[in-house]
Amino acid sequence: MPIVIKRRPLNFLEKLYLPEIARGLSTTFKKIWEKPVTLEYPEQRPTIPEGYRGVPTLVKDPEGREKCVSCQLCEFVCPPKAIRIKPGEIPENSEYAHVEKGPQEFEIDMLRCIYCGMCQEVCPEEAIWLQNQFSLSGYSREELVNNKEDLYELGGTLPDEHFKWRKKKEAAEHGSGH
Amino acid sequence: MDVNPVILKFVYAATVVSVIMGLCSYAVLAERKISSWIQGRVGPNRTSLPLIGGIPLIGKFLTRLGIYQPVPDGLKFLFKEDVVPAHVNKFYFIMAPVIALVPALTTVVVVPFGRFVTEAGEVIPLVLANVNVGLLFLFAISSLGVYGVVLAGWSSNSKYPFLGGIRASAQMISYELAMGVSVLPILIWVNAPGREGTLNLFDIAQAQSGFWFAMWMPVSAIIFLVCLFAETNRLPFDMAESETELVSGFHTEYSSFKFGLFFVGEYAHMVVGSCVFTLLFLGGWNPMPFVTLEALGFGEGILGAILSVGIFSGKMCGMMFFFMWIRWTLPRFRYDQVMKLGWKILLPLSIANLVVYTIFIFYLDTKL
Amino acid sequence: MTDVFFYIFATAALAGALGVVFSRNTVSGAMCLIGTFLSMASLFVLLEAYFLAVIQVLVYAGAVMVLFLFIIMLLDVKETAAKKASIYTWAASLIGFGILITGVFAISAAVSIKNKAPTMPEASGTSLKAFGYELFTTYLLPMQVTGFLLLIAMIGVIVLSKKVNTE
Repeated sequence: MPIVIKRRPLNFLEKLYLPEIARGLSTTFKKIWEKPVTLEYPEQRPTIPEGYRGVPTLVKDPEGREKCVSCQLCEFVCPPKAIRIKPGEIPENSEYAHVEKGPQEFEIDMLRCIYCGMCQEVCPEEAIWLQNQFSLSGYSREELVNNKEDLYELGGTLPDEHFKWRKKKEAAEHGSGH
Repeated sequence: MDVNPVILKFVYAATVVSVIMGLCSYAVLAERKISSWIQGRVGPNRTSLPLIGGIPLIGKFLTRLGIYQPVPDGLKFLFKEDVVPAHVNKFYFIMAPVIALVPALTTVVVVPFGRFVTEAGEVIPLVLANVNVGLLFLFAISSLGVYGVVLAGWSSNSKYPFLGGIRASAQMISYELAMGVSVLPILIWVNAPGREGTLNLFDIAQAQSGFWFAMWMPVSAIIFLVCLFAETNRLPFDMAESETELVSGFHTEYSSFKFGLFFVGEYAHMVVGSCVFTLLFLGGWNPMPFVTLEALGFGEGILGAILSVGIFSGKMCGMMFFFMWIRWTLPRFRYDQVMKLGWKILLPLSIANLVVYTIFIFYLDTKL
Repeated sequence: MTDVFFYIFATAALAGALGVVFSRNTVSGAMCLIGTFLSMASLFVLLEAYFLAVIQVLVYAGAVMVLFLFIIMLLDVKETAAKKASIYTWAASLIGFGILITGVFAISAAVSIKNKAPTMPEASGTSLKAFGYELFTTYLLPMQVTGFLLLIAMIGVIVLSKKVNTE
């Protein structure tokens, strides 16, 4: 059943048109005195809601360890193929030698990235995060390719509740498997 | 000291034209500010001049108000690339903006903007040319402004400008009639038997020391106002431009300084239109109905003259604000509605209005 | 001073008139005609007939020519190539030229033009009111007849342009 809305025919004053213009004018006149709804951008920044998908970044855990283990899942899942990872080994003398792998190079081409967030979704280590950065600019194409340092600088450290690799190490040492 | 009167006239003319140009540039700023306020935005508030902008408090305040904005706005027109498309009729393409601007600036000549009373009680109008047929002169010259629009549309040799030009000419013809007829009651009243016959804008303004004409001829005032909107091509009657249907109408192919001339021309028309409405219907420089400056004790001398100019400019700025206020309130009419309004409503209404007021004025003049 | 202006505007008026006849482009022709009207108005101003000058601009340059341009633009008349004039054209132009010459001679030979008018007539725009008064008293009949002619023309146009129901 289609919904039929009955339109009231215009009454005499509305047909005269002028009173309605006056009504419109009074509406806009009231608007003049209202506070502007816009932000003056570079000085006033919008509050970024939680779960915002900004620029993808790499994060470290509270111990200062790079969380990425260069599994390259994000590289495979990335729809525009913006991510390039060159895996590397973690040196023997490191505290985290048992993690075995870490990224040697990690590049995200921000000219290709579509901010879909699939890399974050797929990451088993919660190492790649789309955070609240939204304004990105540069003078050349090269500038807009974020390398590993840039990514860690943008990402910073996020709180971690699991400390997965520490637990693994402890488990391996004490022999109490899960 | 004797100065050649011709040179003196040139100086006066240059002064008045530069004042009008200044008003136009600040009208653009006002337009931008008012539109932003109505739309809940802030508007231009960044442009600052070196030195003046640096003055603490005031400089910052003026910057926020956008006082310096007209400077870059004007310079932008000068320095942008001036494109003349290959398919245009070059001569008329270049002539059109000039033809659009010149009548708007010429009409200023007969618009009085104040009065000066000498100690002997003689009233001297502050006007460039105090001609007897002032009002008709104004109508005549401002009606020439449409050629700028029509020629721009035609010479651009492209669809949308052409449609814009056609619409402008049709609209101009339709609304000029109603506009002319709507002011006739005023002229009849001012020229009634026993009075000094005149079409002089100064005398019409002076005749409103009692009732203003807008008060006892409201229908005339409304018709005239609507036609004024149509004649200045302002929204809701900007058929020639109508940027949502005709790209940007007659000046689609124009860029840089030529576009700037059209732009200034539109605002100059608005300034002159506001002046004329103030003079005809809002009592000119009389501060309030039934209260003249003389009655307030500011009749004679420089102070009285400055006050009269001030009051007049105040009313004119109020009218300019009204123009902009309407623009940001009402949507554009459809083209056939514009024609219908002009021919089927405003014209008959103005004729009926004329007949009623003719009888009324006859009654007032003979029986009272 | 006035003489200089007279020659300037008279030349402009003539040049405009010639432009109307000789220009191939119809819009150019219309613009030339507007130029002629404006120059004529300026000549009226030199004669101190301000009212006539203003009416000339208001009615002819401001309204009639806008209509002309409107129609020219609507019909989209193309520039026409020079056509070979037929015998009738030549005959017509010769007769027209003859009439023009006769007229010029007749006017310049008339006595009244050789004697300067003693005073500027009162009604010539110095007092608008006198002008209107003359129009509605002395020249009432010509004015009414002209108005009636225009009315007839208007009705004719309405009749011609109205679609006739053929049923």
